[in-house]
Amino acid sequence: MTLATLNASFRHGIHPEEHKEATEHLPVERMPFVERYVLPLSQHTGAPSKPVVAVGERVTRGQLVAEPGGFVSTALHAPVSGTVAALGPRRHPNGKLVECLEIATDPFSPQTLLPRAPVDPFPLSDAEFVAEVQKAGLVGLGGAAFPTHVKYKVPEGKTISRLVINGCECEPYLTTDHRLMVERPAAILRGIAIAAHRLHVEETVIGVELNKPDAVTALQQAIDEAGVGATVRVAPLRVKYPQGAEKMLIEAVYGIEVPSGGLPLDVGCVVNNVGTMAGLADWFDGGLPLIERIVTVAGPGIERPANLLVPVGTPVRAVLDHCGGLKPATREVVMGGPMMGQPLTGLDVPVLKGTSGLLAFTGTETRLPAEYSCIKCGRCVEACPQFLNPSRLQRLARAGRFEEMERWFVNDCVECGSCTFACPSGIPVVQLIRVAKSAVREQKAKQQAAERAAQAEAAEQAEAAKRAETARQVDATEPVEATAQSGTAKR
Amino acid sequence: MVQSAPFLRQGVTTPGLMRDVLVALVPVLAMAFAYFGVSALLVTAASTLGAVGTEAVFAPRRPGERWGARLLDGSALLTGIILGLTLPPALPLWMAFLGGVVGVGLGKVIWGGLGNNLFNPALIGRAFLQAAFPIALTTWSAPVWKRPGAPWTLFPGNLALPLMQPAPQPDAMTAATPLNLMKFDHQMTPVADLLRGQVAGSLGETSALVILIVGLFLVWRRAFDWRIPASILGTVAAFSGVLWLLSPERYPTPAFMLLSGGLMFGAVFMATDPVTSPLAPRGAWIFGTGVGILVVLIRLWGGMPEGVMYSILLMNAATPLIERVTQQRAFGHGRTKAPPKLPPTGSGTAPAGGK
Repeated sequence: MTLATLNASFRHGIHPEEHKEATEHLPVERMPFVERYVLPLSQHTGAPSKPVVAVGERVTRGQLVAEPGGFVSTALHAPVSGTVAALGPRRHPNGKLVECLEIATDPFSPQTLLPRAPVDPFPLSDAEFVAEVQKAGLVGLGGAAFPTHVKYKVPEGKTISRLVINGCECEPYLTTDHRLMVERPAAILRGIAIAAHRLHVEETVIGVELNKPDAVTALQQAIDEAGVGATVRVAPLRVKYPQGAEKMLIEAVYGIEVPSGGLPLDVGCVVNNVGTMAGLADWFDGGLPLIERIVTVAGPGIERPANLLVPVGTPVRAVLDHCGGLKPATREVVMGGPMMGQPLTGLDVPVLKGTSGLLAFTGTETRLPAEYSCIKCGRCVEACPQFLNPSRLQRLARAGRFEEMERWFVNDCVECGSCTFACPSGIPVVQLIRVAKSAVREQKAKQQAAERAAQAEAAEQAEAAKRAETARQVDATEPVEATAQSGTAKR
Repeated sequence: MVQSAPFLRQGVTTPGLMRDVLVALVPVLAMAFAYFGVSALLVTAASTLGAVGTEAVFAPRRPGERWGARLLDGSALLTGIILGLTLPPALPLWMAFLGGVVGVGLGKVIWGGLGNNLFNPALIGRAFLQAAFPIALTTWSAPVWKRPGAPWTLFPGNLALPLMQPAPQPDAMTAATPLNLMKFDHQMTPVADLLRGQVAGSLGETSALVILIVGLFLVWRRAFDWRIPASILGTVAAFSGVLWLLSPERYPTPAFMLLSGGLMFGAVFMATDPVTSPLAPRGAWIFGTGVGILVVLIRLWGGMPEGVMYSILLMNAATPLIERVTQQRAFGHGRTKAPPKLPPTGSGTAPAGGK
């Protein structure tokens, strides 16, 4: 590790306190099975999955229960053996009621995984490979839950030459990727071998922050043992938030900027989380679809912090109870990390494919700071990894000038929260930006709907005019006697 | 009601920043008290009262806020003290008070309160006083610390009644500032005197050494952008240095230019006001360079011996333009249309020096 690599990172960003001491040394434990599992049909970006089982049907752990609803969609599998208890609206962690499959666990089942012969990914054609990955139900396990197979369908004209693996886990408190890298580095490398071969990449770089030295060592050892050091390397990166954001990670590893509005594949890269790589290995070698994932349960409000392997669909309340329950001082439970996580309005919501953490926060973290005017100190400008001007954006948002914010690149905002973190005046910058962006989206949706309605009406009017014209022509070609009789030619 | 992410914040708050500057002002005030006696504290107190009172009564308030709620950020207190430190020790107290009122009133309140003003409020107050009461504002006094009765003797001018002429000061107490001496009498003051601050001048023009030390303290606390004082002092040193090298008998040394007058005080406490200086680092360099050039120009070729106040005010006016010109390019908006190229495989990570 040279001095250059010790300093390696992207520009700007922030350094929050890491708060990882409570769980970074805790090995992953398996969460015991519970009585009911709730599976939202949409736990990923894109179209919801379509159920293929009926209420009352018996299902086996690992069995397909919902098929993809399109290309940008993925499969859903039963996390336990049991009976499909219901298909209906249930509360999603974001507060909305969404369509869910509810499965009642069979208390007498040994919960063996549905057997499936290992599939050799190497001889598959590209289309077959993409279909296989979609069948596994794999999504980005870093929190974005983007269907993984979509990244492996390389569009015409684009070449991929680098595979970047995200082992940064830049959000404080979370240690899921850390434990995975320490405990299963071989599985990660196996997934990398599969993905790298499929994408024909020249090299794979695993970005790991320097606050995880044991992970760096474990991965390096596994690379040496597998003998793939020529094409796979670990890039130790300076600890900074939000290094795990894919554009920031590419900048940290390769020093280049993904064009605005573009994707990593525009610069020849595919970025995947370490968990996704292990997921690839588990699916092809072991037939294990995405039915469980590591979740860090931590925060000052939880009795017993832990890293748990939790089946998807487990109620949050059950997970928290397994960790000793919440302390009385707890004010809020957040799903995800403290910078971008989803605050939960209720605990009777399920763990999703994208849930990386359940954090219990007390009044100290949830206290609203006193708010002052923006003093233009520039800390937010220095923090923003997208080089925006959050000071100006919050001013415009406060004034309701939402459209103008687009001129100032608000659409490039990744909502990482570095600006709010940095602001000494306690201004909720990223929250204001989020409100503005959603207002702009609503406005655009309304406009589009209005345009479509106007188009439809115009089309209808054109139709009616055509019909009237045809009718008039028919009238005009009627026999002369009739027109002379009636006296009127036009209707 | 649930709070939304992020749930972490760095520890510095705006009142905390103001407190840091207040802490830095204490040694300066102490020096002013030592050299000019209790008048220094009274003049500063009067200007502070004016500033704080105006802010308490007139500052734009959020709906439902009580009078005085806007004082909690501490900025009016700072404005008052800084204004006071730019005034002569013999100034009638009612003028100092008026300066505070006008400074905060016309320099901050009518713009919309903290964060919305274009000009430094303390300097607006001083500019008003200079225009309205030019004689009182240019009547300087020598330090009185060695006189009997110091530091508890008041300058007689302080207690002049409002709108009445102050009693003329005994000649033994009035003195010319080093800049006055240089410009009008072509006399040089030794650098040692300047460093120690044993010269006539405004209350804050005292020991340049003390101001340098507290300035470094504030840089360490990240209370302001260090580039502003660095570029101001650097530009003054460079510009005056070039002139002095060209013609040493006509121009003062760079050391004199740096240590005399209100330059150190202005560079550390007035030009660095974040509200009225450019937001981004690149803008800060331009701002500071502009202030430096203007200070030298006004001091050497302008009609007045001291130019720091107007230099800063002029650059405050230029700040919006500077900000527009130094807009940073957003991520992914490259100068070229083509996407950037990857470095060769196996090469080191990242541009070294990611901040």
